[in-house]
Amino acid sequence: MDLSSISPELLLASLMVAATPILLAAVGELIVERAGVLNLGVEGMMITGAICGFAVTIESGSPTLGFVAAAAGGAGLSLLFALLTQFALANQVASGLALTLFGLGLSALLGQGYVGLKPPLMADIHIPGLSDIPYLGTVLFTHDPMVYFGLLLVAAVWWFLNRTRGGLVLRAVGENHAAAHALGYKVVRIRVLAIMFGGACAGLGGAYISLIRVPQWTEGMTAGAGWIALALVVFASWKPGRVLLGAYLFGGVTVLQLNLQAAGIAIPVEYLSMSPYLITILVLVIMSADRSRAPGSLGRIFHASG
Amino acid sequence: MLKLEKRPQPSRAFSYLTPIFAVIATMIAGGLLFAALGKDPVLAIRTIFYEPLFGEFAFYYAPQLLVKGGPLILIAVGLSLGFRAGIWNIGAEGQYIIGAICGAAVGLAFYPLDAWYIFPLMVIAGALGGLLWAMIPALLKVKFGTNEILVSLMLVYVAENLLAAMALGPLKNPEGHGFPGSRNLKDYPAAHNDELITGTGMHWGVAAAFIAVILAYILLNRHSLGFSIRLTGEAPRAAKFSGVNPARLILFCLGMSGLTAGLAGLFEVAGPAGQISIDFNTGYGFTAIIVAFLGRLHPVGILLAGLLMALTYIGGEIAQSNMGLPSAAIQAFQGMLLFFLLAVDLLTNYRIRLAAKGAA
Repeated sequence: MDLSSISPELLLASLMVAATPILLAAVGELIVERAGVLNLGVEGMMITGAICGFAVTIESGSPTLGFVAAAAGGAGLSLLFALLTQFALANQVASGLALTLFGLGLSALLGQGYVGLKPPLMADIHIPGLSDIPYLGTVLFTHDPMVYFGLLLVAAVWWFLNRTRGGLVLRAVGENHAAAHALGYKVVRIRVLAIMFGGACAGLGGAYISLIRVPQWTEGMTAGAGWIALALVVFASWKPGRVLLGAYLFGGVTVLQLNLQAAGIAIPVEYLSMSPYLITILVLVIMSADRSRAPGSLGRIFHASG
Repeated sequence: MLKLEKRPQPSRAFSYLTPIFAVIATMIAGGLLFAALGKDPVLAIRTIFYEPLFGEFAFYYAPQLLVKGGPLILIAVGLSLGFRAGIWNIGAEGQYIIGAICGAAVGLAFYPLDAWYIFPLMVIAGALGGLLWAMIPALLKVKFGTNEILVSLMLVYVAENLLAAMALGPLKNPEGHGFPGSRNLKDYPAAHNDELITGTGMHWGVAAAFIAVILAYILLNRHSLGFSIRLTGEAPRAAKFSGVNPARLILFCLGMSGLTAGLAGLFEVAGPAGQISIDFNTGYGFTAIIVAFLGRLHPVGILLAGLLMALTYIGGEIAQSNMGLPSAAIQAFQGMLLFFLLAVDLLTNYRIRLAAKGAA
């Protein structure tokens, strides 16, 4: 084994790339859960976004259009979840699972003609001056636009939740839907919008995997990233800033184990590949001591009677 | 305008009818999907639901119904106990894999000894493997309040990696010329889960599934623990006041679902699959979730739902070879079934009334 082959500079740079898909998906799910809805279909929406984005990029040649399509695909699939849970008043856990199972099947179906193709890549942004700073330049300023979009999105979500009236209403709906309804807020409408936002973010996260991180299409390629994103929201105690921290932690673990694999460490690859999932469990255990941060109405069915 | 009114009691009639509605709706939506793929929708639906049972080659396909239905029913019965109490084990796929690994490892450890006790020991090892794997989310939930949905699901990916490690490492066939995968248990009679009656598809796993259905029925209807499970699901507060111990219930429900999933894995690896290989698991643990809901979390319902789901697997394979229908289409079709089921379930718990506009 040759540990010196691992460059901390490149490790940190690829950490940001590895963290972006789960960051995007988790920040979307955070909004959904703050509105009091538990959507376990993140994995299904991510994989649907991954194939929608991939297919449109191949057909149009534009990764930007691909990402737009991925967001639309994820949001479209999430509408099914919204229909089930907000209008048919179905159990949210079961509906979320259905969304994941259906999404995995649908994406495999849509992706048939796209196995083995190479999508056109999104150019990295090289900011003159900043990118040339030794060390920091490579780590922070040589990425594709989506990495920065993810960071901006976290900031925007934080600002929306804590500094705007809309965010206040959204949180009220999530904390106590009966009280919010009594105050005249449209609980169902707000939740449907939140669910669609979550779907669009998950779609973007999925497309990031198929268009930039890998970049290729294979069935089931999100490999649990959606579930890790769900865990991340719990880890973050439903706070946007901590989602960023968590995503970089998981990104770091993923990148480190990949680097150790490449460096030829004496542990079989399969055991290293387990590590992100095991770390997720460990973190969940540590964080679940404090449940007080969960939105009050999370996962409960809202039905305005009378 | 349509208005929903909560029923004081869930409708019995609709709880029997909704799965049928859901199947019909899925056939229609599935037909549209197949038509969109450029296949004849009527022929596709006929191939999936009719051909395996009454078609020309039914003698070959019908036994497959039990082979595929057995594990689905066995896993779904275990899952339904927890689902009823609001305890969500969605990692049955992982417990299934671990059951198979443990059971096969015990069998392979005795190779080439021929003794009657080998297969029973494998069954015990498989059940224990699944049970212990499910105990991880159970104990974490009881001790630390960790979300069992996420932990059990994460453990699926851990189990898949472990499966690959086993197929390439410790359990690899020493006479396999370096190919991944264990010895084939079909060539080792003492460990082989053969058909009990030749040509019927009936093996020990299917027998276990039927026994599980009966035991679950007795548990839910005739035993106080079954009552606690139902009470916790339907009225958590009442359950608390009546002295139901939630920790015990979590351990029991997750443990039982792990045990049945582990058993299903063992019977599969020793029977139809034959060996531990990288792609041994085929998603039974996830499809069983659909089966459990389609069967309305009732043991007898699950039995019927498991057979129906097995039918879509077999019919899907026929449609794949005869009509070139992609296998992913069947996966989407099965997912759709769960969607429609959850949607029409509204009719069980709510009444739809026409209300005059503005009256509310």
